[in-house]
Amino acid sequence: MLSSPKSPTDLLLTQELACERDDRCLYRQLNWTVKRGELWHIKGQNGAGKTTLLRQMAGLHPIDSGCIVWCQKGTKMIYLGHKLGLKEQLTANENLAWLAALNGGSSQTQRYAALATVGLRGYEENPVAHLSAGQKRRVALARLQLCDADIWLLDEPFTSLDQQGMIDEQAWLERHRGSGGAVLMTSHQDLSLPQVKILDLSQFSGTNDGVVEWAS
Amino acid sequence: MMGFMLTIIRRDLLLIARQPAELINPLVFFVLVVALFPLGVSPEASILSQTAAGVIWVAAMLATLLSLELLFKLDHEDGSLEQLLLAPYPGWSLVLAKVLVHWLVSGLPLVLLSPLIASMLFLPSQALPSLMLSLLVGTPTLSLLGAIGAALVTGVRGGGMLLTLLILPLYVPVIIFGAASVAAGAQGLPIDGYMALLGAMLVFALMITPWAASAALKL
Repeated sequence: MLSSPKSPTDLLLTQELACERDDRCLYRQLNWTVKRGELWHIKGQNGAGKTTLLRQMAGLHPIDSGCIVWCQKGTKMIYLGHKLGLKEQLTANENLAWLAALNGGSSQTQRYAALATVGLRGYEENPVAHLSAGQKRRVALARLQLCDADIWLLDEPFTSLDQQGMIDEQAWLERHRGSGGAVLMTSHQDLSLPQVKILDLSQFSGTNDGVVEWAS
Repeated sequence: MMGFMLTIIRRDLLLIARQPAELINPLVFFVLVVALFPLGVSPEASILSQTAAGVIWVAAMLATLLSLELLFKLDHEDGSLEQLLLAPYPGWSLVLAKVLVHWLVSGLPLVLLSPLIASMLFLPSQALPSLMLSLLVGTPTLSLLGAIGAALVTGVRGGGMLLTLLILPLYVPVIIFGAASVAAGAQGLPIDGYMALLGAMLVFALMITPWAASAALKL
């Protein structure tokens, strides 16, 4: 159970991963494999450790015990958390420029196209401070279109999006999965996509002995 | 990696250009402290010229401290620090780029402003080269050492006072030798020894800061 044989489609796996916060065990003995072309919906009530799990995956939160194995060299990952990482004084285009530069760079045309994809045509040179919360979220999501990352780690990516925005974003998730990427996301909304794999963190909250059947 | 650093430098300079108050506030503070000093002590040229070196150096240090708190804090608050740390580049290059911008907008203007300040305080003109040189070598050290403290208090609410307490002891040698070099310059004595020490401190800070601060940022 501990080390399953690696297959070429495996992107990352966790082994006996555990997380403690303020002496409370959020989850433990988490053995999990993420393959290319999978969309994982991480569920759990408030405080179950969904955000912490994503941050551990991204390397932003220390790992108490267990480990996370990145199976392939050069796997690129984008993490989009509650904080969007946008500079309020800069325009949408300028923000995308520096964010995309972290993963290899982009051209002005590409950035404009990405912003048009997320429905922000005409807002390219507006300071992000002047955009609404939903529009800011869209700017951050535009970055996903720009960088060819293998894994998207999205923490509540539907926050403050309108109905159409949620539908559009699910289409992007589906396209990313179709092109061989993987998505790990948390959300309190149910996805209307087929074949969403579900990781329910409450199954790992410490009373369980680690043998878990995946719901999918 | 150079591209990564250039990205940060360009972004931060653009931010300063959009919000010039960040650049101007520490400078105004620097000038105000120096301008108020003669009012409190004495406007006598003989007294001022003797204390000028110390006053300018202390004011420069306070102005640096004032601007240091925000070095990583704003990036931490809006989440862009996370994104910078996640980029596939070493953390020290991030720190180095941020410190370079900090020095360009807080240290360098102080150096350029110092002749004006020196004449306000009747600093002998023969001490001017040593003042500018010591500030040129000393202020990057202040920015570098301060970055360690700024990185440590990044996630702390009201970390300004903590930052001051953490960093002040490290600033003491820089101030002592900086001010002493100006005093020596005023008397026409050689300042090579002081400059060598200030340079050594700069090299030391350059060696430890990028690693120490990037480790602190990842806490």
